[in-house]
Amino acid sequence: MAEVELRNVSKVYKDTVAVDDVSLHIRDREFVALLGPSGCGKTTTLRMLAGFIRPDGGQILIDGHDVTDLPPERRPTAMVFQSYALWPHMTVADNVAFGLRLRKLARNVVEERTARMLDVVGLPGVTKRYPSQLSGGQQQRVALARALVLGPKILLLDEPLSNLDAKLRVRMRDEIRRIQQELQITTVYVTHDQEEALTMADRIAVMNKGVLQQVGDALDIYDRPATAFVADFIGSSNLLSGTLRVAGASAVAEVGTARVPVDADGLADGTAVTVSARPEDMEVLRAPAADAFALEDARLVNFGAYKRLLGRHPAFGQLEARVPKSFRLDNAPVYVRFTRARAFASDEAPADITDKAARDPARNR
Amino acid sequence: MAAQAPALPAVRLTWWIDDPRMRRMLLRLFAGALAVFIGIPLLTLVLWSFAGEWFWPNLIPTQWSLRWWQEVLENPRVTDAMFLSFTIAPVVTALTALVAIPAGYAFARLDVPYRRLLLLLFLIPNAFPRIGLYVSLAVLYYQIGLIDTYWGIVFLHMIGTLVYMTWITTATFRSIDPHLEEAARDAGASPLRAFFSVVMPLALPGIIVASLFSFLASLDEAQGTLIVGTPHYITMPVLLYTLISSFQRPVAAVFSVLLALPSLLLLVVAQRYLHSEYVAAGLGRV
Repeated sequence: MAEVELRNVSKVYKDTVAVDDVSLHIRDREFVALLGPSGCGKTTTLRMLAGFIRPDGGQILIDGHDVTDLPPERRPTAMVFQSYALWPHMTVADNVAFGLRLRKLARNVVEERTARMLDVVGLPGVTKRYPSQLSGGQQQRVALARALVLGPKILLLDEPLSNLDAKLRVRMRDEIRRIQQELQITTVYVTHDQEEALTMADRIAVMNKGVLQQVGDALDIYDRPATAFVADFIGSSNLLSGTLRVAGASAVAEVGTARVPVDADGLADGTAVTVSARPEDMEVLRAPAADAFALEDARLVNFGAYKRLLGRHPAFGQLEARVPKSFRLDNAPVYVRFTRARAFASDEAPADITDKAARDPARNR
Repeated sequence: MAAQAPALPAVRLTWWIDDPRMRRMLLRLFAGALAVFIGIPLLTLVLWSFAGEWFWPNLIPTQWSLRWWQEVLENPRVTDAMFLSFTIAPVVTALTALVAIPAGYAFARLDVPYRRLLLLLFLIPNAFPRIGLYVSLAVLYYQIGLIDTYWGIVFLHMIGTLVYMTWITTATFRSIDPHLEEAARDAGASPLRAFFSVVMPLALPGIIVASLFSFLASLDEAQGTLIVGTPHYITMPVLLYTLISSFQRPVAAVFSVLLALPSLLLLVVAQRYLHSEYVAAGLGRV
């Protein structure tokens, strides 16, 4: 049993709210990814879990015990750092065995557990080497072994793959997931890479500007985004801003002179909304039809397995649709239809949503 | 090819920068000049200390002799001074380390208010002519009874060594990734344990260099020691000053060589264990 609960956790730095009233329950043996753009508060949240940062408000509970005021050495957590943080003056074996020796275990026990853990992470036979003699991927495995060897209740990973090249990243992704499954360990994984989050995690917690936006599995997050930010940050979306018009069971968003049918659960007529539609939820037509919009300046971008059709519409601006790789323009007109679009109340200005990198320190709840 | 950049001039005045052979040659020339610049005066000292007879315009002495060495080493004042110098320098170094290591760590890691100002404050004694500082210190020493005492000299030396050591250790601690320390805490180490298991071993080269600096600085200090230590506490460099004004040149040369020996020895030993860049910094002291 090892579950984690964050209760209304906050952290404030001078004039920035790094983490804003975050509550999150992580179940036993669950793999949860904290996902968000840089500066969204995900690493601060993780470091509060590890005990490196003390929250300004709220509580952190592990298995029901309040650990909010415990220093890192007294928490049942183990962290893998982005920079690996392997001790350069110790061999691989010494790095892994450090925590075991602190616990004054017998020598043969230390050696046996160290060897077994290096086996688990797939790195036997490098015990005598120093971290600087290892490749990035190998260092990553040592860092993982060092964290796991103590049998922590919670494994914390801070963007562990960001220093690896693309190929290796994919391999280590599967490897970390395999080890997590094998050891059945509750894991919190911080990343800004949605692909990592979507492929590895049982559940994903999306954060932006210190605020938890949505918690759900990959399908929830992708198909049923809770906020316009999530819709935009996960995958790509066409974003439009307009006004909601509700008539009975159907709803449309008025965007300039155009009207787009949308899902708008519970939003009232006249609400200012942000409409999000995935490129794959855009139907591409070669002839005019009801609810279809003609694209100007249409062009294709090849992604290998598929193509993207880009074009402009006077009311929406730039639009994007996913088309099969056999699709050709042939100088003929193209039309798009929104087969599935979601409307979100525009509590955030559209500029705020699209400009992921921009951070507004003055924004406060 | 339509929008081509205007052609570069055919000959540049700095063509030799790109030529590896030329660059290598210039580097060697520079290194050689530096070696001559540093080496010749040192070599002259050594020659003088062994010279029996050396008149202008001969390039090397016409007679060799150990007379001066004998004279110096048989002088009880010299052996006393040597003994004193070598009992002061280690104590100064140890005390300095005791203060500077925690101070350096605090400056590097903790959120010390006015950190920059405090670090600058350490430099202030170096900003004024030392002799003024020493005279006022001597006045203070008279009042509190530290004049002409062993500890008076130790504290005076520490004014200088604390600066070196705090600055070097601060830089050293700053260069160590704080995550390394956090990883140790995460593995179950107390803050103190993390410091001694992870930070100290990694900072050791810097601390050793800083200690070398302190040791050599203490060994070399003459001005202040002369003012607060006379008449009973005469260290080697103080005696050297006296010798220069009263004896012949070869005696001073012997003495200089004697003073330079520990520095050289320490650096040779250090070089075996330290990165070359640290040692290069240390050599500036000799």
